[in-house]
Amino acid sequence: MENATFLQNAWFLLIGVLLAGYAVLDGFDLGVGVLFPFLAKTEEEKRTLIGAIGPVWDGNEVWLLAGGGALFAAFPMAYATVFSGFYLALMLVLFALILRAVSLEFRAHDPKRKGLWEAAFVGGSALPALLFGVALGNVVGGVPLDARTEFAGTFFTLLRPLPLAFGLLGLCAFLMHGAAYAALKSEGALYERARRTARTMAIAFAAAFALAFVAVLIYLPAAVRSAPAWVLSLVVWLSLVLFARSSKKGRDGRAFAFSSAAFLGLWGMIGAIQYPNLVRATAPELSLTIANASSSALTLKVMLIIALVGMPVVIGYTVFAYRVFKGKVRPGAEGY
Amino acid sequence: MDAVFLARLQFGLIAGFHFLFPPTTLGLSLIVVIVETLYLRTKNEAYKQLSAYLVKILGTVFVMGVATGISLEFAFGNNWAAYSRAVGDIFGAPLAAEAVFSFFLESVFLGILVFGRNRVSPKTYRLSAWLVFFGAHLSGLWILIANSWMQTPAGFHMEGGRAVLDSFWQAAFNPSTVVRYVHTILGGWITGALVAMAIAAWLLLKGKAVGKAALLMKAALAVFAAAAVLQLGSGHAHSVQVTRTQPEKMAAFEALWETRDGAPFTVFGIPDETNERTLLAIRIPKMLSLLVHFDPNGRVLGLSEFPKEDRPPVLLPFAGYHIMILLGLVFILMAAAGIRLLLKKRLTTSRGFLKLLLFAVPLPYLANETGWIAAEVGRQPWAVYKVLRTSEAVSAVVPAGNILFSIILFGVIYALIGAAGLGIILRTVRGGPGGEAADAAKGAA
Repeated sequence: MENATFLQNAWFLLIGVLLAGYAVLDGFDLGVGVLFPFLAKTEEEKRTLIGAIGPVWDGNEVWLLAGGGALFAAFPMAYATVFSGFYLALMLVLFALILRAVSLEFRAHDPKRKGLWEAAFVGGSALPALLFGVALGNVVGGVPLDARTEFAGTFFTLLRPLPLAFGLLGLCAFLMHGAAYAALKSEGALYERARRTARTMAIAFAAAFALAFVAVLIYLPAAVRSAPAWVLSLVVWLSLVLFARSSKKGRDGRAFAFSSAAFLGLWGMIGAIQYPNLVRATAPELSLTIANASSSALTLKVMLIIALVGMPVVIGYTVFAYRVFKGKVRPGAEGY
Repeated sequence: MDAVFLARLQFGLIAGFHFLFPPTTLGLSLIVVIVETLYLRTKNEAYKQLSAYLVKILGTVFVMGVATGISLEFAFGNNWAAYSRAVGDIFGAPLAAEAVFSFFLESVFLGILVFGRNRVSPKTYRLSAWLVFFGAHLSGLWILIANSWMQTPAGFHMEGGRAVLDSFWQAAFNPSTVVRYVHTILGGWITGALVAMAIAAWLLLKGKAVGKAALLMKAALAVFAAAAVLQLGSGHAHSVQVTRTQPEKMAAFEALWETRDGAPFTVFGIPDETNERTLLAIRIPKMLSLLVHFDPNGRVLGLSEFPKEDRPPVLLPFAGYHIMILLGLVFILMAAAGIRLLLKKRLTTSRGFLKLLLFAVPLPYLANETGWIAAEVGRQPWAVYKVLRTSEAVSAVVPAGNILFSIILFGVIYALIGAAGLGIILRTVRGGPGGEAADAAKGAA
């Protein structure tokens, strides 16, 4: 195998950072979307949850677009193989994201079809929250690729035990994170419900994490040799414990931070197991790696400059926007 | 139906539907910036309410643009995997840069525009309006860099069937980028300004918020008139560029079958591609040569110069190009009529003109879409001009049945959100400016 260059390594890391940003930021609004019917019992509670994510979900989702665009620019071979190979699954995700994107705006302004748009919000959040993990489980666990590195399976190839375990784990992580965010932004009965749900989801997360661990042991035994993954798994366990403690004590900001840390630890583990592969092939010599799937050095360099100039600014004004909207949501005051 | 045709149909549908929204955002965000600036200058509360009213409409339009734009970021990998592998080294970068420099900016500050009126200072609010405007226009630049590179590729060499970047600046600012950008942005300003004028016209006809409607009408007319006149120049420059860089495309635009010195401009006609002639043609002698070469006897290449397998289809580019030009002239006439009424101080009272504005709303959308169809169908049979054929660009592993399935679902979902979105925009317009208190009461009930 060719050795990866500095630029290829940098882009593996950067795409990881972009998708981690997506997981931590859009992760909570996807989680709120799935939990919406369970957490919010009254119209006022619904408006609180919607108000909590209304001003920020769109910016959060851009992390996914940036990650997808960066994958296209830096590793076009992997982008092409995954998006054409997982065609039907990704179409389902796209349809869900399209309906979800309009659902909040339309729910607020189309009172006759409120129920429809609420269903679009919940379903449009649930499907991606589940399928992102499944997709990740496939590229990590390995998929059949042919000699031209084209996907050689079908829709059902994607639904094997390891990807399904990853899907479940991802869903639990989104739910815990969403409940933690809901607690941060709400008061009263909704707050208590969100906090209780967050702790239940932490237990579900732990169970799903153990399950995914077993699945990796069975289907990807080589992963146990990754020392960073072991260290990061400790970060995940520790974050989960600290999350549950902070949540119980009502330290919601800290709880949200630990929920984010658990998510990031998980993401780091997957990165450590996956490196230097982008799409692992069932026949290892056909795997798409950062060395054989990348763009030219010049493109990677130009893109690196774009990222290093652009992303600090993005992070700066994103922090500014979150400060503008910080604190508990008082429904009816503004917006939706 | 073969996979290539279905993949093209799908891309045409999702890009064409998406392209209803960004031009509206370009123009409306400009009007919002103008109104916010006037508010800070004059401290007149009417401008503030007007801005809140327009921001609501902009919010809905923007959300529709976001919803229909997500699938385009992934469409190249989904349906055009061979394309993505062959030219990803160049084509991926502008898409990623668009997300990094523009999507974040627009999304975050639109959040502040829609939800943050009472949470930030008026100056920060105006700055947010500027940043949404700036983000939208920067986004247009990146996507048109990508599109222009497909039309007039530059700054690369081929290596084993893959394009490899040689110069980022040459690839980004290839021969058609700047003129295409100006042309598209002006199209967006015409669209957004006409939408704003129609909103003002509706309020005036109903006798609602008449003072605010008059302010909006004047601000929007200024943008509309300037953009309509400038568009004549940019459209001309774009045609000159196409003649220079993609002569077979100009030949298709004009259904010019044979090379001519002193080529005529075909005002009307029905191209008959099998017999290579134009039925019912009305032509202005030497006009095309004069327009594209500034010389009535200049030589314009005809379609017969090019091998049959390298020629674009003629009917759609011809029809699209001519409808677009006709509409461009209509906009100039409308702008002239508006200015005449303004000078006579009858702009806000002439019911005939106000009604005309209401019926004219679909026209800029038609102009945007027909211009885009002419440009993209005129690029055929190439995905990237003289580099990669469209037939060789599709995903090998996606069966036609899967594409058909996704086309049907896209159709159903887009029809649903299109109808609902339009309904919401109309409802917001009917609510009128300053109707916020009533809205909030209704929402809380």
